[in-house]
Amino acid sequence: MKSLEQLHEICERMRKVVQLREENAKEILEKAAMCESGKDADGNTYRTHVLVCGGTGCTSSGSARIRERLEKEIEANGLSDEVCVVKTGCFGLCALGPIMIVYPEGTFYSMVQEEDIPEIVTEHLLKGNVVKHLLYEETVKADKIIPLNETNFYKKQHRVALRNCGVINPEKIDEYIGTGGYEALGIVLTEKKPEDVIQILLDSGLRGRGGAGFPTGLKWKFAAGNDADQKYVCCNADEGDPGAFMDRSILEGDPHAVLEAMAIAGYAIGASQGYIYVRAEYPIAVQRLEIAIEQAREYGLLGKNIFDSGFDFDIELRLGAGAFVCGEETALMTSIEGNRGEPRPRPPFPALKGLFQKPTILNNVETYANIPQIIVNGPEWFASMGTEKSKGTKVFALGGKIHNTGLVEIPMGTTLREIVEEIGGGVPNGKKFKAAQTGGPSGGCIPAEHLDIPIDYDNLLSIGSMMGSGGLIVMDEDTCMVDIAKFFLEFTVDESCGKCTPCRIGTRRMLEILEKITKGQATMEDLDKLEELCYHLQSNSLCALGQTAPNPVLSTLRYFRDEYIAHIVDKKCPAGVCKDLLQYKIDPDKCKGCTLCARTCPADAIIGKVKEVHMINPEKCLKCGACMEKCRFGAIYKE
Amino acid sequence: MGNVNLKINGLNVTAPAGSTILEAAQAAGIKIPTLCYLKEINEIGACRMCVVEVKGARNLVASCVHPVAEGMEVQTNTPKLLDSRRRTLELLLSNHDKKCLSCVRSGQCELQELCQELGVTDENYFEGETTHYELDESAVHMVRDNNKCILCRRCSAVCEKVQSVGVIGPNNRGFATFIGSPFEMGLGDTSCVGCGQCIAACPTGALYEKSNIDDVLAAIADETKHVVVQPAPSVRAALGEEFGYPMGTDVEGKMAAALRRIGFDKVFDTNFSADLTIMEEAHEFLDRVKNKGVLPLMTSCSPGWVKYCEHYYPDQLDHLSSCKSPQQMFGAITKTYYAEKMNIAPEDIVCVSVMPCTAKKFEIQREDQDAGGVPDVDISITTRELARLIRKVGINFRSLPDEGFDDPLGESTGAGVIFGATGGVMEAALRTAVEELTGETLEKVEFTEVRGTEGIKEAVYNVAGMDVKVAVASGLSNAKIIMDKIRAKEADYHFVEIMCCPGGCVNGGGQPQVHADVRNFEDVKAIRAKVLYDNDAAKTLRKSHENPSIKRVYSEYLGEPGSEKAHHILHTTYVKRTVN
Amino acid sequence: MAEKKATVPFSGTKEQEEALMKVIHELKDEKGALMPILQKAQDIYGYLPIEVQKMISDETGIPMEKIYGVATFYSQFTLSPKGKYRISVCLGTACYVKGSGDIYNALMEKLGIVGGECTPDGKFSLDACRCVGACGLAPVMMINDEVYGRLTVDDLDDILAKYE
Repeated sequence: MKSLEQLHEICERMRKVVQLREENAKEILEKAAMCESGKDADGNTYRTHVLVCGGTGCTSSGSARIRERLEKEIEANGLSDEVCVVKTGCFGLCALGPIMIVYPEGTFYSMVQEEDIPEIVTEHLLKGNVVKHLLYEETVKADKIIPLNETNFYKKQHRVALRNCGVINPEKIDEYIGTGGYEALGIVLTEKKPEDVIQILLDSGLRGRGGAGFPTGLKWKFAAGNDADQKYVCCNADEGDPGAFMDRSILEGDPHAVLEAMAIAGYAIGASQGYIYVRAEYPIAVQRLEIAIEQAREYGLLGKNIFDSGFDFDIELRLGAGAFVCGEETALMTSIEGNRGEPRPRPPFPALKGLFQKPTILNNVETYANIPQIIVNGPEWFASMGTEKSKGTKVFALGGKIHNTGLVEIPMGTTLREIVEEIGGGVPNGKKFKAAQTGGPSGGCIPAEHLDIPIDYDNLLSIGSMMGSGGLIVMDEDTCMVDIAKFFLEFTVDESCGKCTPCRIGTRRMLEILEKITKGQATMEDLDKLEELCYHLQSNSLCALGQTAPNPVLSTLRYFRDEYIAHIVDKKCPAGVCKDLLQYKIDPDKCKGCTLCARTCPADAIIGKVKEVHMINPEKCLKCGACMEKCRFGAIYKE
Repeated sequence: MGNVNLKINGLNVTAPAGSTILEAAQAAGIKIPTLCYLKEINEIGACRMCVVEVKGARNLVASCVHPVAEGMEVQTNTPKLLDSRRRTLELLLSNHDKKCLSCVRSGQCELQELCQELGVTDENYFEGETTHYELDESAVHMVRDNNKCILCRRCSAVCEKVQSVGVIGPNNRGFATFIGSPFEMGLGDTSCVGCGQCIAACPTGALYEKSNIDDVLAAIADETKHVVVQPAPSVRAALGEEFGYPMGTDVEGKMAAALRRIGFDKVFDTNFSADLTIMEEAHEFLDRVKNKGVLPLMTSCSPGWVKYCEHYYPDQLDHLSSCKSPQQMFGAITKTYYAEKMNIAPEDIVCVSVMPCTAKKFEIQREDQDAGGVPDVDISITTRELARLIRKVGINFRSLPDEGFDDPLGESTGAGVIFGATGGVMEAALRTAVEELTGETLEKVEFTEVRGTEGIKEAVYNVAGMDVKVAVASGLSNAKIIMDKIRAKEADYHFVEIMCCPGGCVNGGGQPQVHADVRNFEDVKAIRAKVLYDNDAAKTLRKSHENPSIKRVYSEYLGEPGSEKAHHILHTTYVKRTVN
Repeated sequence: MAEKKATVPFSGTKEQEEALMKVIHELKDEKGALMPILQKAQDIYGYLPIEVQKMISDETGIPMEKIYGVATFYSQFTLSPKGKYRISVCLGTACYVKGSGDIYNALMEKLGIVGGECTPDGKFSLDACRCVGACGLAPVMMINDEVYGRLTVDDLDDILAKYE
């Protein structure tokens, strides 16, 4: 077990190790009188740190092999005592993976291939010559190489929750401590009363990052105010929105931040047990959490009498088993209790009767990741970022029709346009931005007219969407909004728990109407019925899943009603997506009569003789698009 | 906790803190419709019928689970709410088998009633995909028709929480959710005890007993058969509800008259064999006490309880009294003593029982229940089936005269009639056992300590210098508490009465359906039990051993209680079963 | 409703049972242990057949139906094993009109199982899938990651033989 003094010693020592990886590390080192890196836990000092992303994105693009090869080459070149390889969490720019950064230079190699490794090692690590042609192109300017934080993707970002992701080795507690980790827990346990901690959170203005944005301090205050022999602190790591993966990245990149925050929460509300409910689909996150919990216990940062303060706190992991609804707080608790993950009515709220009927707080991963820094830097620091009612930063998972897909963390109040056009690099292929979808199946679409709205909880709600957990999907002119609404409804129907009537049957009926619309079989009465169902589900469903399930429909109806009407009245899909409403045709001027299309067609729908213009029989055509893909003359089009 | 003040529909209402909006409204005379809510059993806020508007709340709230608060302002019947409830019903109907005309619950269906009340005019308003399920007819006593299930979960809550059996529950999720047993096993293959409490809980026609009324009519029409009928004590306490009498009306006389008009050759009474059961069971108890047999002795009248014990406590079967239940004793004596007396071959007698119980349909098929070489009882129908039978054959129940039962198996004492209420068997047994032990006549025949509808009652009686410790439990979750104690050897009872259904047979799974609106706010068990206790109090003979017909059966046929012949005819054996 | 019986006879080994018992006894006194027990049981057996759920029920005292209700609620729990070779036949529109339904039926017949099941020797499991985006090759099936296109029923024996 470590005392607070020992923690500070580790921190001092490790700070010198990890500060090598700061963007201006070179200057720090040059300025420092003792121009040397610190010794790590094993007593080693390395002049160069090579960080290789070990997040899920880069792992699936082969970063483990890169790391192995790197270590082998380093050894082969006799650099083992000078250069170390660090497996980190996610850097955010997943589309460019596998990602590698070399410190102290801060050079950023993207899409690294195994074959590239010998060159990087011999040229860069051995001789000190940066391998320019392998760098992320945006960092290579005519005259110099710019640091990552000056690139478009990073320069508007402000990393609080993600601050250690891609910086430290998440499997080494010492590295976390070196960044000031567990300092906040030390401060709280030795200098603060529980009510002080809650006041700090209240003053910071932190709101839940999982969806609805409930003030975190208030939640803690309610739970602290209810007396009970046992209370619980839960962490929602059941990130289920399609397209959102910030919680996974934090768990993979900085698991100790979550553990530390949960212990702080335990102290604040008077709980000695924590549970992290994490998706089983996140094996890397699970493994890192297991390691982190083990290490924290070893250091006595979890367990009995932490920092000799008399405060006990421990954490257990519980794995989800594939049910989106378990992201809902009462369903999550029901699931931890070993039941079908069905929500229960509130009140009673979890702060009074939560897990195992005891007062419980539940926050999501990103919320927790902010907390240690709020304690260390003070609530004013946090409240200085963001908008009036939404403080701090928010992480978004940027995806869809956009150049730079990945994770971005921006101060609240950044406009959607800044995210899409500057950070995201705009819509590719010269297409026009049509809408952005936030909040996943619970959220809505934001059309171009609202691009300049500063993003915060309340603004998103006012335009019919919601923050959600932070998925942000960009859609271009080729996206059919009815089809998008249908996509989300399919998801909700699959994930409805089936407990309450409106959601169990209503979502199914909504989906059926949407299917009718996309097939051109719907009437305007069906549209009325669809809207009626939307409002019915919003006000009548038992939990947030059902209450928000209509949002994708309502928001697309709000901004793109004409598209619905085009499907229903004109039997046309303006974006050319809904198969039943489009026809494949052959341009007689372009068709050379090569017969390839006719041979490709699975339905024998194309007729025509060799060297004569071909025709598609619309009766037989399945609209699979195989012919269009095959045609070498661009003669086939759809309308 | 004190009271809180709130406004419901503009009215000032005071309600105890902690009560729900539904309860507060009910107390103020305002009805809020419910469907999934069963008080203390199924409080899950799932069906969304009981939604109300609470000022300041973002969405509608489920009044069945939402607690009242000081200053709360509630609306229960705005046009928006009425519309919401109708839409919810229409959604339910869109995946409901709407064959109402032929449905066993037509006219007593809570879903149908709500559709009427809330003005559903188009049952196909929300058309769409429907789910299809095969009927589950695997159980002896009942049918499950998931096509009529609205997933209120009242049945599975009762099965799990009230009965601690839990053989049905929600499986799958979302639109595919259905109530069923593990691995789609038929109910008959599970350790279902047959209590029928799920049927009693079901608001629709998704659960119902297997009907045997056509078998009854066929037997009566068969001139070669001598058809006798025995209604259980509790039937007379509830049958009237089917014909518009207020709950708690004793219709014993009209019931006997109806049975006679249906065409039974003899109208007897299970109360008679209840007295006979006491003779045997009291004797068995005294014998076990005297000869250091296995104690506590546990009653075996309730076939649901017996089957539960066989499945869940197969190691404790020694505690069960070897006495057959009154239904079976009746059949056994009919096909032996009565058959001989009347000189009718046992196989030419059809013994029909009318029971408040569905498990009795299973009991008549048990092994070692064939004293006369043929099954003791041939057909067992529920109280509900009797009502249907009465209607089917065109008897105007309300205009019937009061009639009595036939001899020799129609005579009974007050001890027999109280069998239908929890604690009744214990009290009846004590009336006989105490007199037997002390040799003195009881001054007061009421043993009020074992009366009442609590789930578990305990009492100690000093009888002839010995402390007799008794316990009475009803509802299998309460039985479980007692059995776990006995299994752990932490109980020192001498005699334990257990009834499968909460409150005893008056609240059996074969009794007339009680609408949840009534069940949630009235003490049905107590109201029906009172009929039996009043019936008992009005009798001159109140102890089983004083029943002249019983005395005659022993003197003419059986000899002594516990005699070898009595054993052969009136006692049975049990089997070990597994949990599925 | 037909009773759901796995086509593959249960072939749990003594070691598997011991491993399961160990898990159950380690976890059963923990609050809310059912989910972790089911997850570990699925790790041990690969799926959660009636035999395994029965063992869990007997050891923990949790009613079978409750276990089954939980097992069927979460999409990660599976009641039937997957084969060593997982066959997915595309029943998307393009494949369907080109006769993938016949392919699917023929496979069921040849393997002696219905969709969603696994052959008794654990070798093949058969599922239908949505469009795999190879409409030009219709009808299409996949065995593990291998795509087979322009299929006829006559091709099936040769293809299956590759996996024997």
